[in-house]
Amino acid sequence: MSLETIREILTQHGRLPVDVKTLADDSDLYNAGLTSLATVSLMLALEDAFNIEFPENKLSRKTFESIEAISEAIEELKG
Amino acid sequence: MATSGHHSSEYQDFDQLLKRVHQIGKDVVLPAAEDVDKHARFPREAIDALKEAKLLSAYVPVEFGGMGLNIAQIAKICEVLGQYCGSSAMVYAMHKIQVACIVHHGTSSPYFRNYLHDLVNQQRLIASATTEIGVGGDLRSSVCAVEVTGNTFKLTKKAPVISYGVDADDIMVTSRRSEQSPASDQVHVLVKKQNYHLEPISGWDTLGFRGTCSSGFVLSSSGSTEQILPVPFADILSQTMHPYAHIVWSSLWSGIAADAVNLARAFVREQARKNPSAPPTSALRLAETDSVLQTMRNNVRAAVVEYDQLLRDGNPDAFNNFGFTIRTNNLKLSCSQLIVDIVGRAMLICGISSYRNDSKFSLSRQIRDAYGAALMVNNDRIMNHNATMLMVHKEG
Repeated sequence: MSLETIREILTQHGRLPVDVKTLADDSDLYNAGLTSLATVSLMLALEDAFNIEFPENKLSRKTFESIEAISEAIEELKG
Repeated sequence: MATSGHHSSEYQDFDQLLKRVHQIGKDVVLPAAEDVDKHARFPREAIDALKEAKLLSAYVPVEFGGMGLNIAQIAKICEVLGQYCGSSAMVYAMHKIQVACIVHHGTSSPYFRNYLHDLVNQQRLIASATTEIGVGGDLRSSVCAVEVTGNTFKLTKKAPVISYGVDADDIMVTSRRSEQSPASDQVHVLVKKQNYHLEPISGWDTLGFRGTCSSGFVLSSSGSTEQILPVPFADILSQTMHPYAHIVWSSLWSGIAADAVNLARAFVREQARKNPSAPPTSALRLAETDSVLQTMRNNVRAAVVEYDQLLRDGNPDAFNNFGFTIRTNNLKLSCSQLIVDIVGRAMLICGISSYRNDSKFSLSRQIRDAYGAALMVNNDRIMNHNATMLMVHKEG
């Protein structure tokens, strides 16, 4: 289940000040404390785990604003 | 959003306006610059003259009574002011960043629409309290929080720097949205002079930009919740504060650099007059310096064109694009170094005259101001951000 994998990666690489378990799939990750620098580590870990590469047009806040948004972006990239 | 003035009559008006800014520069700003610098005091004369010319609301759209100038025109005004006094230009530029935050993000709110009218009529000067003791210069983290009770709030912030805090009419403050919010869930709040108290905690006795009076304060304030901008600070930062600040700062730095090149040119001409038979060696150095100044100005222009286009496109997500953020950071990195390079070259041209404080070719204030550019929002911090983003950014 990719949402669970995303949650695991977010826990390891998101450097969030809150417990990822307390976040809903559509919670705003930036409001939860995700920084743009942590987004980069998160992105690299996601690329590795899902064997994908985020193209330039996906490198924006919107792609990483929630667990759901990340999942949608991954689905789209995996085609 | 501000109108973009593409009719020739507007251009003519803007040319007239620029002439007026030059006149204010010559008559008011420059004559006070030495005293402002020497005593590290607020450039009162300059700001009063700019208020009289209604320039504090130059970026406010025409529908609210402002001049409705665009980012390119505001940048040009900052550059012109920079030619006369770096501190005065910096105060003006920092005020304009706050105005832009309200113009871009506040007009859906009746309170801020009213405030824009007040800003025009009363020419209110807005300061900024973003950095905070305990977060190490990271704008995207706050310790302090808005404490809301009903329709009112209280807010106390320990700010290591509030430029011209004492002389401002209002202050825009960043803070956490509530006492329960994480450090990065921030809002941007306007506090009014009658509702805040500043307790000084540090002074401002620096090498350059002495007239910005960027002392530290504990700010204690209260107000109505409608004074909180209706958009998360994260969006205000990425869409306005970050690009707008680097553009207006780089512009005024170009002005300081242009001032130094103008002095160098006057020096070379004087030398050439003394010995008309052969052009002085310094003429070659001047040619070299002028080309560096052109590079600096072109960097600003490219950033202005891109940002202006993004504002017109109106796609808020485009401002978060890594490429745009990296390019905006690169503008700051390059211009903050080029200003030192250019003023230094001008000093080589003018020689010991530029090193003296009591010569008409003195570049003492300009070189001291120039060294501040890399330190205000430290270049290393910016470069670290770019280094991280560049790991995943791909050129299109």
